[in-house]
Amino acid sequence: MEEVAAPSLQLRVEAEEAPVQVRGVWAGYDSHVALEDVSFSLERGSLVGLVGPNGSGKSTILKVMLGLHRPWRGSVRLFGEGPAAGRRRVGYAPQSELVDWSFPVTVEDVVGMGRIGRLPGRAAVRASPWRRPDPEDRRIVGRCLERVRLGSLAKRPIGELSGGEQRRMLIARALAREPEILLLDEPMAGLDAASQHDVLHLFEGLRDEGKTLLVATHDLSCVAGCFNLALLLNRRLVAFGPPSQVFTRDNLNATYEAHLIFLPFEGAVYARHHGHD
Amino acid sequence: MTDLWQFLREPFQFAFMQRALLATLMVSVVSACIGTFVVLKGLAFIGDALAHASFAGVAAAFVMGGNIYLGALIAALVTALAIALVGSRARVSFDTAIGILFVGAFALGILIISRQANYTVDLFSFVFGNVLGVGRDDLLLIALMGLVVLLMVALFYRQLLFTAYDPTMAAASGVPVGLVQYGLLAMLGVSTVVALKAVGIVLVVAMLVTPAATASLLVRRVHYIMALGAVVGAVSSVVGLYVSYYAEVASGAAIVLTATVLFLLAFLFSPRRGLVTALWTPVPGG
Repeated sequence: MEEVAAPSLQLRVEAEEAPVQVRGVWAGYDSHVALEDVSFSLERGSLVGLVGPNGSGKSTILKVMLGLHRPWRGSVRLFGEGPAAGRRRVGYAPQSELVDWSFPVTVEDVVGMGRIGRLPGRAAVRASPWRRPDPEDRRIVGRCLERVRLGSLAKRPIGELSGGEQRRMLIARALAREPEILLLDEPMAGLDAASQHDVLHLFEGLRDEGKTLLVATHDLSCVAGCFNLALLLNRRLVAFGPPSQVFTRDNLNATYEAHLIFLPFEGAVYARHHGHD
Repeated sequence: MTDLWQFLREPFQFAFMQRALLATLMVSVVSACIGTFVVLKGLAFIGDALAHASFAGVAAAFVMGGNIYLGALIAALVTALAIALVGSRARVSFDTAIGILFVGAFALGILIISRQANYTVDLFSFVFGNVLGVGRDDLLLIALMGLVVLLMVALFYRQLLFTAYDPTMAAASGVPVGLVQYGLLAMLGVSTVVALKAVGIVLVVAMLVTPAATASLLVRRVHYIMALGAVVGAVSSVVGLYVSYYAEVASGAAIVLTATVLFLLAFLFSPRRGLVTALWTPVPGG
């Protein structure tokens, strides 16, 4: 645990209520440092873009928040609880490259997996990971599929989905947990313009319901256009705030180092990836 | 017509053939259930390893005059646990851990029986299989162990499936992934022992892998693969036993080869993914 500078009463109240509170997290693999002293907190009803180059620790911070990766130092609090307890209120969608798309299951099967495990706010019986699915689970799965417009593909083997459908399915599985916090690892990569619009609309809807969304993405213009907040990460936290304020040339330079080309245009700075997309 | 009936009926007039049939059918069902996970997760090498490692237990039980199945079971479970431990803790790959441990256990088995003056047929029936020598006690043990495996798979099907499909996400959902994985390895150990007497140590992995792999080419949901895999295994068993009876060849080998032929047929002619089928199907445009 890191010592934090003498917290005022105000801070302590916040610490108990904030959906996400990350404090002084250092993490890595073997001797490789992935995160250096990262601290931030997220409020209810925020849509936050997690931005940084490959290897900047985006996936690692999400895994630390889920309790899947143990930080060397620092702490994560989800609604005031540690990750192991707090993650029952979290929906997570991994990068779709990490999913086995040849596995013989249907879309409905996978989204139904979102209902397995400890779920929030129910009787103790419902909290058991060994619980059998019931009609309510099926209703929720159906609703989540509709929400990402995959209702008609429920019985489809996952191997037959397009890239965009794959990502929407992973979002539906995260939603099936009825989470208050959503951690999404590159859910928009490779989506066509129409699906991207749909997904962004969905994110905004979830934010307006009071959910907290942390979305790792490479799409800076998307974050600038639709997200409340941007979190710039390059092992350390480079900047955190509204995109209009934090997307400065200096911050983006510090985030992407030499991986971006900046194009000044009508007073704004446009950034483009080197060798990406 | 009566000739055909006579042809089909004749082998199973003998009690030992009836027992062999019953044993192989049970082995088929159990192997298909666990074998589906083996195929999906690429655990074939572990299955083979556990079968070989169980030989140490067979040999020890034989020398000490204990129950050979029990010995095999203990050896398989200990090896499964050791593989999981060494693979996760030590700085060697999972494959290497398996390679070291199962050969070690098998060598231990050879060491133990080499002290015995007479290598009896009974012992070697475990190496090469002797389904025609299955007794009532064997049947009972196969049924008992098979039931345990089927019960575990039925009870924890969703957790097994979730863990097999996406262990990271399963862990994030609070499924005890480590426990489920150890459990699956243990069930794999029990299944290999179930299949031991029927096809022998050397061929156990074929019962685990071939029918389930055949089914995976034909159907596309996990529980369908299990069911069809059991059918493929059962058909292989029946055909294999006939071949064994009429051609006077080893039954375990006949069963495994029948399964292999069925796999090749599915591989070539599967409606969705067959090699030959693909030649006739126009490539979808765009």
